[in-house]
Amino acid sequence: MANQVAIEEGLFTWPSDDPRLIGSQCQDCGAVIFPMQSGCPRCASDNTEPRELGTRGKLWTWTVQGYPPKSPPYAGDIENFEPFGVGYVEIHDEVKVETRLTIADIDALTIGMEMELEFIPAYIDDDGNEVITFAFSPVDEKKGN
Amino acid sequence: MSKPEVAIVGIGIHPFGRTPDRTGQEQGVYAVRKALKDAGVEWSDVQFAFGGSQAAGAADTMVSKLGLTGLQFINVANGCATGGSALFSAYNTIASGAFELGLAVGYDKHERGAFRVNTRSSGLGDWYGKQGLALTTQFFGMKINRYMQNHGISHNTLAKVSAKAFRNAEHNPNAWRRQPISEEQILESDMLSYPLTKFMFCSPAEGGVALLLARADQAHKYTDTPVYLNAAVVRSRRWGSFEVMAPWLALEDGDGPTVDTSKAAFEMAGIGPDDIDVAQLQDTEAGAEIMHMAENGFCDHGDQERMLQQGETEIGGRFPVNTDGGCLANGEPVGASGLRQVYENVLQLRGAAGKRQVPNDPKVAYTHVYGAPGISGVTILSK
Repeated sequence: MANQVAIEEGLFTWPSDDPRLIGSQCQDCGAVIFPMQSGCPRCASDNTEPRELGTRGKLWTWTVQGYPPKSPPYAGDIENFEPFGVGYVEIHDEVKVETRLTIADIDALTIGMEMELEFIPAYIDDDGNEVITFAFSPVDEKKGN
Repeated sequence: MSKPEVAIVGIGIHPFGRTPDRTGQEQGVYAVRKALKDAGVEWSDVQFAFGGSQAAGAADTMVSKLGLTGLQFINVANGCATGGSALFSAYNTIASGAFELGLAVGYDKHERGAFRVNTRSSGLGDWYGKQGLALTTQFFGMKINRYMQNHGISHNTLAKVSAKAFRNAEHNPNAWRRQPISEEQILESDMLSYPLTKFMFCSPAEGGVALLLARADQAHKYTDTPVYLNAAVVRSRRWGSFEVMAPWLALEDGDGPTVDTSKAAFEMAGIGPDDIDVAQLQDTEAGAEIMHMAENGFCDHGDQERMLQQGETEIGGRFPVNTDGGCLANGEPVGASGLRQVYENVLQLRGAAGKRQVPNDPKVAYTHVYGAPGISGVTILSK
């Protein structure tokens, strides 16, 4: 099995038992953003701290990427391109996060549906590593839910 | 209406589309020479210039072809609002009294296909582009998808926007795509980013536009048909807006920069949306034109469905929008695109738009651009 690496340091806590996205929260006004950064775009404070985000939220809007993106910057497999879903998930009471979706079926995606964080292979890097990124999937799709 | 301080006294355009044998800069120079001729002045009469391109080099290099007169030439780079920002800067330079005659110029020449985004220069991590999120087309699909659900806009109405653009462009010799395309063909073309199909998107392209500006009280020295610039406004985003190239959005929903820009422009001009006779609204895709009608104050959210279905935004309709075919039919050379809208409005106000002339002698016209990472530019023109 290929070695797995995270797409970027500091974006999420994977690998772990309970992997989470890492955003930041303003310690003055409470605004949450993703990924983490210094400086609050809402109140202009520079007093922000990292915050691990919730793993569930509602699909706020979505589309399907129907054609292969230009490479670079896209690092995925262009030759065997398959359309993929993209959306914003409104993580409960925190922030809307732009994300890959695990499905691309326009009949199965509905604004407002409950979504859950997952980690998926995005591409194989130059060293042969399988690069892992975050995505959201419909909760109903998952076993037992 | 507020008393105008600045007038547009000369306009020039290089045809939009693909011109393999001319660089972007050469297309800009072509447009400047046309504008000089239109105003009846020499390059040596021009006291200052603001110019920009996104992908075709620094605009101030044009002086090596136009003439080394020593004028003040400032390059402008502001994404999709590059042209609007050049115009805004030229406007203020004249309104301040610093100079009396100057140029706003924009041109571009993009590679084929969707815009290639440099994530680092956009302030984003490499991960964003590598995993396939750095596409402007995704934003447009996501914004109109939610808008359609919230405000009852149909797929057919999206198709009507595109069909109108290609139909209007048939009468615009400077447009790129001048073949009418049926609503059925538009809806059945490849689905690039749901709910938007291939013919609902504009393409990056080439072209150039130049505008000569003068003090309003001197405008008649240059032209019998001056068009006055009553407002030129550029704004950036605030908390809560929904923007292109945004890895996150605020929990709270707020208005986008277009709303702020539009309100400021109407205030500056001292008029309201009902006073506008013709408008050019950023239509990088069919959904954008629809949403921008409401964001600029021309209708309530959702009214667009009825307006489009009843043909109100056609050239002969109550409120003509994108009379030259817009970005959809002209393509989007980023540096030139906003100035193309102003060029078209000057033609319309002069009554010189030929077969696409808006009837009943339009007197007040409006332009609007929107771009990454959340900026907007609006102008209001009158005669």
